[in-house]
Amino acid sequence: METVWFCLVAIMIAAYVVLDGFDLGAGAIHFLVAKTDAERHLVVRSIGPVWDGNEVWLLAAGGTLYFAFPALYASGFSGFYLPLMIVLWLLILRGVSIEFREKVNSPVWIKFWDVVFAAASLLLAVFYGAALGNVVRGVPLNDKGYFFEALWTNFRLGTETGILDWYTILVGLAALSTLSLHGALWLALKTDGPVHDRSQTLARAAWWILLVFTILVTVVTFLVQPQVPSSLSAHPAGFVFPLLAVAGLAAMGWFMLRKDDLKGFLASCLYIVGMLTSVVFGLYPLVLPASTNPAYSLTVHNAKAGEYGLRVGLVWWIVGMALASAYFTYVYRHFAGKVKLEDGASGY
Amino acid sequence: MPDALIVHRLHFAFTVTFHYLFPQLTMGLALLIVILKSLALRTGEEHYNRAARFWMKIFGINFALGVVTGIPMEFQFGTNWAQFSKAAGGVIGQTLAMEGIFSFFLESSFLGMFLFGEKRLGPKGHWFAAFMVFVGSWLSGYLIVATDAWMQRPVAYTLGPNGEIMLTSFWGLLLNHWALWQYAHNMSGAVITGSFVLSALGAFYLLVGKHQRYGQTFVRVGVITGVVATLFQLFPSGDGQGRLLARHQPVTLAAMEGLFYTQKGAPIALIGQPDVENQRLDNPLLIPRTLSFLTYRRWMSEVKGLDAFPPSDWPDNIPLVYYSYHVMVGLGTIFIVIMVVCAWKLWKGTLYASRGMLWVLMLSLPFPYIANTAGWVTAEVGRQPWVIYGLMRTGAGVSSQVSSGNAWFTLLGFMGMYTVLGILFLFLVYRVVEEGPEPPPVFVPQKAT
Repeated sequence: METVWFCLVAIMIAAYVVLDGFDLGAGAIHFLVAKTDAERHLVVRSIGPVWDGNEVWLLAAGGTLYFAFPALYASGFSGFYLPLMIVLWLLILRGVSIEFREKVNSPVWIKFWDVVFAAASLLLAVFYGAALGNVVRGVPLNDKGYFFEALWTNFRLGTETGILDWYTILVGLAALSTLSLHGALWLALKTDGPVHDRSQTLARAAWWILLVFTILVTVVTFLVQPQVPSSLSAHPAGFVFPLLAVAGLAAMGWFMLRKDDLKGFLASCLYIVGMLTSVVFGLYPLVLPASTNPAYSLTVHNAKAGEYGLRVGLVWWIVGMALASAYFTYVYRHFAGKVKLEDGASGY
Repeated sequence: MPDALIVHRLHFAFTVTFHYLFPQLTMGLALLIVILKSLALRTGEEHYNRAARFWMKIFGINFALGVVTGIPMEFQFGTNWAQFSKAAGGVIGQTLAMEGIFSFFLESSFLGMFLFGEKRLGPKGHWFAAFMVFVGSWLSGYLIVATDAWMQRPVAYTLGPNGEIMLTSFWGLLLNHWALWQYAHNMSGAVITGSFVLSALGAFYLLVGKHQRYGQTFVRVGVITGVVATLFQLFPSGDGQGRLLARHQPVTLAAMEGLFYTQKGAPIALIGQPDVENQRLDNPLLIPRTLSFLTYRRWMSEVKGLDAFPPSDWPDNIPLVYYSYHVMVGLGTIFIVIMVVCAWKLWKGTLYASRGMLWVLMLSLPFPYIANTAGWVTAEVGRQPWVIYGLMRTGAGVSSQVSSGNAWFTLLGFMGMYTVLGILFLFLVYRVVEEGPEPPPVFVPQKAT
């Protein structure tokens, strides 16, 4: 039962990264693809009706993690106290900037929120990557299953690790390039005119950067967390996940050359899912490896909640997710198609 | 460590108090917007649609702040209350996860439709979107109240070998009696905020002589809803909540009433200052025997005072529990008087011209917020020194490895950020109010730079 929940939480986190990922990516490249207020209005409009729903995946994934693996939730959230709080502040700033940008027609007001939007989105992408890097690298868990990490120590891997070290920063930059590309493909899909053209150009350049990061991060991760390659070689069926990522990356390049925006974006979704599932599969059954003593590591078995709760949760989870998928399909179909400037009049 | 404990408690108290300023209006206003949209459908008058559209703008700003300040709440269970989360996550994680999956997906999806899709959805579709936003926000209210209710009166659990609390009955958790009463009381509190905000703004328009017809609509809908909600708040919901408290948390009731000694025919204190050091109520103004009657429906029944319980089980801040409870009840009583008088004048047809009452309505605006906040302070500080009543002490639930310095750092960060958010909220709502329900054509950005 705990393995089922491990997969479900992983699916929800992947859904969050795929969906909110393009919001963050669009934000990170906000000033690169949109040069005028009107163009930047278009970027914000393209995510305006959906960012809030996308962010709900984070809350839903967090809640699910909470009841399925309470010990992991408690240990991880308190140990990553500082970066999580910074992420919360950035999420507040990102959300507020999208909602408030259009409320006052003044160049000073609009420019202010544009900068906040871009900076918060960019930093969120880096922090999410660094968080993933921390989980993969392992944290200094004690015998009670708790830890606390400073934001940084000496940027080296060792026992006194901080949230930021060379490895987690590398993963953070890889996440930034992944999501920037993802966001560029989203904007290419959702916009016309100069924003569309610049997004396409940017995506093509970002693809090469992502290729370099993918190879680099994969190699380094195998060295930093030997559990990942050993899991993969023990269960060769798991190679399907890295293959998904490679297929996604290749398809992205192919469809970008053919200027097929929709398929390029979907390929990017596939790449993200492939990368995340590879990591998750490589770590299983660990959910939070201990860098101190392997016996202190949190696994799906020692972090799970009571059996009854997990069983009853599965029933309502399936019902709830079926409903949620129905709403999402409806909303994305409702707001399908390119965002037009004139649409701006109907909403606000 | 006790030093850090206080900072962690302040951290949660500050962020949740600020957060709940927004959802109470979201939930109250969601109902009122459905009422306005229903009036539009029934009468076919565009006036009600414009009124609904106007409140939609305020709703949108308010909702955004509720969302961004709400996310930190779910995370803080883990960041600041790790030991509590580890022990109780298997139970309260259920209701919190259900809130995300059942209500937030619903709410966020239909809010997009509601705010951006009026033209495409048509009148009935738009009514439906408004209704689903209402359902989502009220469902979310229930799941949060059920979470808190379990901390007030833990049910449907068993203790595991390592002290972890395991759920034994899903419906037991969801249909906790405490949750039902607390929900009734809390939601009518939200409707009171919504109806006072609606009628205060209506009164303002009437007093300054702008948008007269909208002013009348807002006052009328606000007062009719308000009179129902304020009465419901006292009886049955407040009464039911009080008797539940007498049964399950008698020591909290004693602290709320400032009742230091067990008495037959216990009085209710209208005013007075609890002197915990000398265990007496200074300058009291008492109504004899009323507490006994309200609690047990008999004038001479015995009500337990604080002396009946060991001091280690007393709420650790008795004056705060006492005052917040008295502020809540006092304001609640005043709300009933205001709304009943307004409803009577409305029925007689003199309310819109009665400038005195309009002034009262307009100036009432902040008080429902204070009353709702005071009610939650009563519930949460009254539950101390327990984080889960009778099961886990608050001090045993904290994240022991997060130092007070780190907790101060993030508390100050939240204080700064929320101050800015509060100012922005007031500024943006002021602009909507100033613009009025019949705004000029909307700004469309020009292509040229």
